[in-house]
Amino acid sequence: MTTTALPLPRLDSLWRRISIWRVIFYAIMAAALYAAYLRAFHGLGSVSNLSDEFPWGIWIGFDVLCGVGLAAGGFTLVAIVHIFHIKRYQPILRPAILTAFLGYLLVVVALMFDLGRPDRIWHPLVMWNPRSVMFEVAWCVMLYNTVLALEFAPVVFERMQWRRPMRIIQFISPPLVIAGVILSTLHQSSLGSLYLIVPSKLHPLWYSPLLPLLFYISAISVGLAMTIFESWHSSRAFGKQLEWPLLMGLGRLLAVVLGVFLVMRLMDLSRRHALVLALEPRPEVYLFYIEMFLMAAPVLVLLSGAVATRPRLLYLCSVSSILGFIANRLNVSVTGIQAVTGASYVPRWTEIAITMGLIAAGFAIFRLAAKHLPLFEHAPAGNGREST
Amino acid sequence: MANALLFDSTLCVGCKACETACAERWKLPYNEKIAEEQTLSDHKLTVVQTRGESYARRMCMHCADPTCASVCPVGAFTKTALGPVIYDASKCMGCRYCMFACPFQVPVYEWGSRTPKVRKCDQCHDRQMAGKVTACTEACPTGATLSGDRDAMIAEARKRIAENPAGYYPRIYGIQEAGGTGMLLLSKVPFEQLGMPKNLPNQPLPPLTWNVLSFVPDIASVGSVLLGGVYWLTHRREAVAQAERQPEGRLS
Repeated sequence: MTTTALPLPRLDSLWRRISIWRVIFYAIMAAALYAAYLRAFHGLGSVSNLSDEFPWGIWIGFDVLCGVGLAAGGFTLVAIVHIFHIKRYQPILRPAILTAFLGYLLVVVALMFDLGRPDRIWHPLVMWNPRSVMFEVAWCVMLYNTVLALEFAPVVFERMQWRRPMRIIQFISPPLVIAGVILSTLHQSSLGSLYLIVPSKLHPLWYSPLLPLLFYISAISVGLAMTIFESWHSSRAFGKQLEWPLLMGLGRLLAVVLGVFLVMRLMDLSRRHALVLALEPRPEVYLFYIEMFLMAAPVLVLLSGAVATRPRLLYLCSVSSILGFIANRLNVSVTGIQAVTGASYVPRWTEIAITMGLIAAGFAIFRLAAKHLPLFEHAPAGNGREST
Repeated sequence: MANALLFDSTLCVGCKACETACAERWKLPYNEKIAEEQTLSDHKLTVVQTRGESYARRMCMHCADPTCASVCPVGAFTKTALGPVIYDASKCMGCRYCMFACPFQVPVYEWGSRTPKVRKCDQCHDRQMAGKVTACTEACPTGATLSGDRDAMIAEARKRIAENPAGYYPRIYGIQEAGGTGMLLLSKVPFEQLGMPKNLPNQPLPPLTWNVLSFVPDIASVGSVLLGGVYWLTHRREAVAQAERQPEGRLS
């Protein structure tokens, strides 16, 4: 910003660049920075409504549980392209890996806010407790972050034209991609296992011995949905063509995985005789219906074949499954707990500001990367020619 | 055998001498205002609650197989041979999984501190090591809180119920709850009226996660081999298809 007189046209273009989204972005970032300052200098109590009776709020329920899940597109796409070797999905692999990498980095940042002693985040490296699910999650997330960095590195190497490191990555690629899928399988399910320890605190509509499996399957579904969501927005933001046949393929897969999830969920509820609870007119039960509707609607729409000629409908299906997933995770981590323990918790504005700041940062970094790195180009020629 | 505390609610007169002794031992502030508080907090590691006609005492239950010790990612909690469950603040990174997981909602946090730690009763581990009873037991003027060998405490509790069946609800809380605790309760009224959780399983909770967690090595090893196999198959299939398309290529 400068106060010297500028020629009118430039001021005009400057004004046009300050779009409404920019204003929102900077407002969120300013609020988040202020909240971060309060967190750092005045402690958890001053920025959150967490309490002894409700020690985990939206930083765990949304930032960690949803963040890790929403980043599941990375391992899902890596498995499809590298392990099952369905190479036609190559063009959407890199953005999916970047989404995952950013997602996991932001989860770590969120943890730095939530941990009472962020300076000790390295403790699980040297102080072991293999009986703890949290210990396993900590190790998996740390290792998987390393894997994601290496999986994403070729994009940077290609841009820098560093051939030697590129060859090294290609050499270790097979064990790397397999490790990535295994680590994801372990910690995506373990996030569900975290809640196995509270049978007396979590509402029976959500507490289930199958939580690890349900978390795993829903993570795969939301990973697919996020890939569709991100491709749709990329094509609009960066003026590139929509990878329509690929997204249709992902949409079909999404319908199947989400369908499996819903069938498992309902069978589990009925086996535990918990379905009758869904008839009680209570707030958490309404949230249960919202969650089920948001997940079931896209399955029906996708299976009906109505999306074949309507990209926007496919996009809406992905949005609905993402929202359904978020509803599910928040019901497990917040409302399902409150329903039983009666603990009062409504996130403070500072908690929301930091969460929104992380999301906004994620979008901004993705945009920057898309601008400066070969994110959407096909992998080096000769790799994609044989496919289809 | 491990030690335990026995709290007999029918003998408690609500004098809060145990609260005072506890605060003194931990060097925590204590005054009339704090005495009024009815919940556990970072400055109140035991609390005498008024529940209708009865008094209830809340503090760490010192479970036989403590949930906090199993969930803590850095192993900051230890179940000692003597009975107390102790906490090592120098390991704690503040994830608060212990607070979330504790079936009795006992561990509390120093929310106002910039370097917070978890706080909870340690059943005066140091005093017990020196062969002394807990500070609260020593302070109790009516004998409502006793401490000693867990089996002896259970025997004493049974004796009291047998001698005065009309005066007691016919159960001892803590023998089986969550796999058994190092804090046993006697009461005239059902224990949920004293604010104790009533829907707890009679088995320890840690196996709930361990049953799943113990599969991790299997998933990692079998999964890697399976995925490695799939990787090899799909890539091999492509190599073969490529070779078949170019007859000369097969020779080389």
